[in-house]
Amino acid sequence: MPVMATSVVAAAAAAAAPSVFSGSANVIAVGVLLAEFGMFRQALLRDQVRLYAVQSALISVLAVVVAAARQLPDLYALAGLSAGLKVVIVPLVLRRLLRGVGRDSGGPGWTDIAGSGALSLASTVLLAIAVAAFGFFAIAALGIRSPVLPTAALEMSVAVALVAFVLMIMRRDVASQAIGFLSLENGISLAALVVAAGLPLILEVAFLFDLLVVVVVFGLLIRVHHGKAESLSTADLTSLRG
Amino acid sequence: MLVVVVLLLAIPVAAAAVCLRVPAAAAQAVTAVSGIACFGLVISVVPAASRHDISYLSYLRIDAISVVFLLATGFLYASVAVYSVGYLGHDRRDPGLARYSRRFYAGLNLFAGSMLAAPMMSSLALLWVAIEVTTVLSALLVAIEDTDGAAEAAWKYILIASAGLSLALLATIFAYYAGSRVLGESYNLSFSLLLHAGGRLPHAPVRLAFALAVLGFGTKMGLFPVHTWLPDAHSEAPTPVSALLSGSLLAVSFYAVVRYYQVASAALGPRFPRDVLLVFGVASLAIAALYLLDQRDVKRLLAYSSMEHMGILAIGLSFGAPIALAGVLLHVLAHAVAKGNAFMGAGAAARKIGTKRISGLTGGLDLLPWSGPLFLMAVLALSAMPPFGIFRSEFEIVAGGFASSGDAAAAVLIVAVTVAFLGLTIATNRMLFTPRAAAVPAGIAAVPAGTTAVPAGRPAGPALARGEPSAWMVVPVVAGLAALLMLGVHPPAELTELLSRAVRELGGAA
Repeated sequence: MPVMATSVVAAAAAAAAPSVFSGSANVIAVGVLLAEFGMFRQALLRDQVRLYAVQSALISVLAVVVAAARQLPDLYALAGLSAGLKVVIVPLVLRRLLRGVGRDSGGPGWTDIAGSGALSLASTVLLAIAVAAFGFFAIAALGIRSPVLPTAALEMSVAVALVAFVLMIMRRDVASQAIGFLSLENGISLAALVVAAGLPLILEVAFLFDLLVVVVVFGLLIRVHHGKAESLSTADLTSLRG
Repeated sequence: MLVVVVLLLAIPVAAAAVCLRVPAAAAQAVTAVSGIACFGLVISVVPAASRHDISYLSYLRIDAISVVFLLATGFLYASVAVYSVGYLGHDRRDPGLARYSRRFYAGLNLFAGSMLAAPMMSSLALLWVAIEVTTVLSALLVAIEDTDGAAEAAWKYILIASAGLSLALLATIFAYYAGSRVLGESYNLSFSLLLHAGGRLPHAPVRLAFALAVLGFGTKMGLFPVHTWLPDAHSEAPTPVSALLSGSLLAVSFYAVVRYYQVASAALGPRFPRDVLLVFGVASLAIAALYLLDQRDVKRLLAYSSMEHMGILAIGLSFGAPIALAGVLLHVLAHAVAKGNAFMGAGAAARKIGTKRISGLTGGLDLLPWSGPLFLMAVLALSAMPPFGIFRSEFEIVAGGFASSGDAAAAVLIVAVTVAFLGLTIATNRMLFTPRAAAVPAGIAAVPAGTTAVPAGRPAGPALARGEPSAWMVVPVVAGLAALLMLGVHPPAELTELLSRAVRELGGAA
């Protein structure tokens, strides 16, 4: 039971006084959640993608912190790979796939996704806070203890995932919905860092490769949608019913 | 046996690569050969898998349960590959067709290949990856028709299914966490290890993982309330893709649910996983049966019928009695064949008459000497009429329900299946038995108002000659009918042996 013992010790240490490690881990997790809230109001596709890159970078930083503090060398490789993919390649692929679309339709308005919210920004944020609080306390009640990170980070990661669902539901444009899905995946990466830090690297690489394929297909379908609807809005996607 | 497994993984990918480079006619031939070869390979695995598990390289593992799902996918892959020859060959003069058919065949092969790969994965993580790959490939195939409806359906499909699969990924993470408490930090999430750990796994994370897995993979499987992408994608995709989506893709997602069910019942006992499956299954079945009563598009009709059958599978698994489990596995096979047949028959009618609307597809029996009766047979098979395989499987599921004191659920199942039968037959009746040649007023006068009334003022369709669009679109359906009869009347001994081993694997954990 050495694993249990360490986790008990870690929990006790966290209860006594937050160490530098658990303090910084929690701050980074909160940063990830705040980035998720920021996505409710971005008005341009470019900014939305940029915010996603920032959120991904935060998670890579957290992976490095955990790798250093808990002596898990695999996590350095994972942090490097996921930073390379999610901070550099994914935003690049999205912009490349969508730049051609912009030229076709002329004006600069093509990436405008402002005002696509189904509710007002304030109501959406209130709703998201309620949903995030639900996720936070529901996971806390389960008593899942992590061997490497403070449990608050796990609760935060589920809150990120739930807020990502609110984002996908409330913003009616394909760009925010795609970014919502990608940030949902970020929330799950955060959860994986907390409870599955030892996951073999080959499986992590399979997940990341899969994410790349998904991003390319999302980009292609956004192009198809833009070609049909002449905008990024999903307001007209109502012909299939019943 | 390693050769067979590697070939099963490699042939579809190689076929896809070839299809991108050769003319359409060659691509058709390559796809058909690849489909038939893969089905042959799957059949060759059956005897070995009904005696022992086959595993290689610690990431590939085939047991009797996997082979049941491989058989369903292999059969449908072969039949839609042959069917596509007629389906695409029809408008060969179209200049855009060469490009379209290159993409179509490459996508079809890759899609089928990913669905063949998923049941061969030993690790829950790789199983998730394979299923996510099936999602993105099929989303591209849904969008391939390049209509407004296809673009809308593809977007809804990929967004909803990917979000659902994210929940399944969360389930994978929690399953890993539960296992790491017992097996140590570095293990590859293989479910045979998780099954071994069984009762020693901590309960809370396993519970969370199972509920998330049912919701997540249930999204791809079409369980209520996360089924909303299903009718759109099925109706807007090209018919061969619809057949694969319905008969095979939904089943592969059910396969993932089955694996989580095994782990959860080993860890928690059967009670919790059965309750979860029962709730989702009954809700899906009841909602789908009601939707079936009022459908105007034949492919949407069949899509809701798929949702109904996925509900039946979930309920059957929740009964847990050995005979119900045998019924569930047989149902996977029989539903794949019957739904493939129904989609291919409907596709032939839609191709002939030029619409998917049920009100426009009248006179099917007069116009289509083969596809008309075959479609009728397929619908009767889907409604669990006696000589066909689904009758046997649903009978076993209901018998298992009564045996395991799930009386109420079994009764709901019978009622809902009867309602679904009503919906399916009303629509089929309208399509096949309403005379087409008769002028519109005569059509209204001839049939009683209500169920089969033709909308007034509908322009009489152009006069169509009696005949099939293509013989290629009939051959696989005839083969499917033979398979359905065989499953219903006298399943071969090898299959029975395979199913009973699979039932032991499923029930042994409980």
